[in-house]
Amino acid sequence: MTEQPLMIVSSSPHLHDKSSTANIMWHVSLALVPATLWGIYLFGLYSLVIILVSIGSAVLAEFLLGKLSKECTIWDGSAFLTGLLVGLNMTPSVPLFIPIVASIFAIFVAKWTFGGLGANWANPALSGRIFVFFSFTTYMSSFTTPRTLLKAMPDALGGATPLGFVKTAIASGSSGMTSNELLAQAGYPATELARKLCAVLGINAYTIDSFLGNIAGSIGEVSSILLLIGGIYLLIRKIITWHIPVTYLLSSAVLTWIFGGLPAGLGMFHGAFFPSMLSGGLMFGALFMATDYVTSPLSSKGKAVFGIGCGFFTFLFRTFGSMPEAVSVSILMMNIITPTIDRYIRPRKFGDKKLFAKKEAVA
Amino acid sequence: MHAVPTFRKGGVHPPDHKVFSREQEIVRLPLPSELVVALSQHMGAPAKPLKAKGDTVERGEKIGESVGFISADVHSPVNGTIKEIKTVTLPNSVQCDAFVITVDEKQPGDASKPIDWRKLKKEELFASIKEHGIVGLGGATFPAHVKFTVPRDKKVEYFVVNGVECEPYLTSDYRLMMEKGKETLEGILIAAKILEAEKIIVGVELNKQDAIDHLKEIVKEKGWPIEVVGLKVKYPQGDEKQLLKAAINREIPSGKLPLDVGAVVSNIGTCYAIYEAIVYKKSLYERIISVTGEGIVNPKNILAPIGTKVSDLLEFCGGLQGDVEKLVSGGPMMGFAFFDTETPVTKGSSGILALHARKKVRRTPCISCGKCVDACPIGLMPTLLYKHITNLNYEVAMNSLSLLDCKECGSCSYVCPAHLPLVHTFKTGKKMGRKK
Ligand code: SF4
Ligand code: SF4
Repeated sequence: MTEQPLMIVSSSPHLHDKSSTANIMWHVSLALVPATLWGIYLFGLYSLVIILVSIGSAVLAEFLLGKLSKECTIWDGSAFLTGLLVGLNMTPSVPLFIPIVASIFAIFVAKWTFGGLGANWANPALSGRIFVFFSFTTYMSSFTTPRTLLKAMPDALGGATPLGFVKTAIASGSSGMTSNELLAQAGYPATELARKLCAVLGINAYTIDSFLGNIAGSIGEVSSILLLIGGIYLLIRKIITWHIPVTYLLSSAVLTWIFGGLPAGLGMFHGAFFPSMLSGGLMFGALFMATDYVTSPLSSKGKAVFGIGCGFFTFLFRTFGSMPEAVSVSILMMNIITPTIDRYIRPRKFGDKKLFAKKEAVA
Repeated sequence: MHAVPTFRKGGVHPPDHKVFSREQEIVRLPLPSELVVALSQHMGAPAKPLKAKGDTVERGEKIGESVGFISADVHSPVNGTIKEIKTVTLPNSVQCDAFVITVDEKQPGDASKPIDWRKLKKEELFASIKEHGIVGLGGATFPAHVKFTVPRDKKVEYFVVNGVECEPYLTSDYRLMMEKGKETLEGILIAAKILEAEKIIVGVELNKQDAIDHLKEIVKEKGWPIEVVGLKVKYPQGDEKQLLKAAINREIPSGKLPLDVGAVVSNIGTCYAIYEAIVYKKSLYERIISVTGEGIVNPKNILAPIGTKVSDLLEFCGGLQGDVEKLVSGGPMMGFAFFDTETPVTKGSSGILALHARKKVRRTPCISCGKCVDACPIGLMPTLLYKHITNLNYEVAMNSLSLLDCKECGSCSYVCPAHLPLVHTFKTGKKMGRKK
């Protein structure tokens, strides 16, 4: 041995898989690309402007706050992702100050006042959305008719909130008109593909259209199929686990199926669970909002409980409540409960007989 | 077809990196001119030196005597002279005394007549193992005679042999199975005789299919009562707890030993050492070491005397190449990084790795992704442990989060996207927590 290079001495393990925080944030952003592009196509270039403004203000806010604490954290991608999520949650015609307010609220209030990345208890993007929704409700609930629907029927009822519309449609089932007839008046099914699927599967037109993404809504949450593709991508990359989305969607669907018909006087087991699963941002919430690492439980069991909780509240607010934003508020409520879930629901310890670790929990 | 067995909870799949030395047959290291034989080769109390400066020693002669219950004898690997006794630091930061032995030119020949171990009684076999300083060669170096002492109220239903070698890079056990399969299996039979084991299972991961086939063939031909089981590849299957779960579906509760679930686990290399000790009366003074990694010019599996300096091993392998950043003793998941190439190998050195610099990733705060929780095979919450230890809450970490059950397998650190030094923190936390 002639000369010896300097060696690093550090603790084991000396290997690491390829993941990193930044990597994960960029992958999640990537998974949102299909839904984003579709939203821009549906609602026009102004949507792109909204999204860019959201991202820009989120990143800028993160950068400025970083200056204060003398650390630069924009490289980790989390501010970008928050901005993107905020943008996708805007309605297509909001004035630009709204996404700016939402992004700044998300980064400044929801994230940084609690200590920055990893320390916040509420999902920042979600908090931003809820904040602007309740501050500027009119803007946030005026929807634009999607391009595909316009083509099919120029005078479509774009303004009606999608879910409210279905509630009416279902109720009409008992009042003479079939829901498909009513839907046809509003322009559904919107495209040739939707028409075909509708005929083949025999599912109501609105459901098909919300699955494909021909409905009014926030920029990023109209097309369930594209969101699903993004979600499956994240599952395959092992960035999220199935626990939250599956339990969330299933529990809300089952509850809606059992009890969802009650307000319309249809009795038990008559709830229209399909439309409720595919619209109003449930898919978006289940795949991209509820799965936010920081604000969801750590263990798989905890995640399942979290998902069921979200599903329950979503069902409750949608079916019996008059509160808009059922999905967002449900997830936020479960965010609050997350630390408690983590305290009591822990993985079974190797060698323990009991299913749940029974230790006086201190977190 | 039933599913290929493995343990259920947690675990990770690091790339196995075994290509470097997998096909390299075991070669004997030409005797170095000097050896540094440490007196703490094993878990437990260091051995008491039996020689002084200037004394001559013979190969196989006992030069360190075990002290206390958990300890093991140390033998000289060569004929030579004690040059001095000095303090050395081993890669695992243990400091102890070591004999520096100047190796004689002339060494005794190898051949000694094999003994038929079947004629020996259980007690004689047991005594022999202790006398020859056999310790677990998987890395934990637990003295074999202590492990093989079965209390009267316990019985060994299963003797499970660990041929898993789940650590990436390492190939010494694989080579052993391929080249010394028959001897190793015989060693297993000897051990099973001492333990009066009812059943013998050898667990090998499926990335060593040829070794599995090879062993199965020998077993079949000889009609030995040994079952060779292929296990699905998953780290850390080589750990006692995970191996027993995989092989016999029993879980060792916290703080208990394999014997408490009716099993004894031994590394496959240990069984070979037992074979040599009994059949050739050979003390444990040499072992197979994988010297490998992308930073080694010619990776090899080397049969080297205990006390060989790492520099001699590296030289034998053509030295280092490329941007070597770390030298590791043992596997990359649990091994210890060290910097001094004068460090000697011990009974526990399964490998010496030279690793290239890896892409540096910036650390972020914990993002609560839960990946560490999913990866932990013991069912701990590494992220909470980390938070409490960094907040100096040792009590909470030890009591309600079971810090002491962490076996430092590294699965959590391996997956953590925030690149937090989880295992490092747990090691420190244990030390600090115990002090209190
Ligand atoms: S190092 Fe400890 S905490 Fe981490 S995965 Fe292994 S046993 Fe669990
Ligand atoms: S893997 Fe790392 S970032 Fe994820 S929860 Fe565990 S400690 Fe936190």
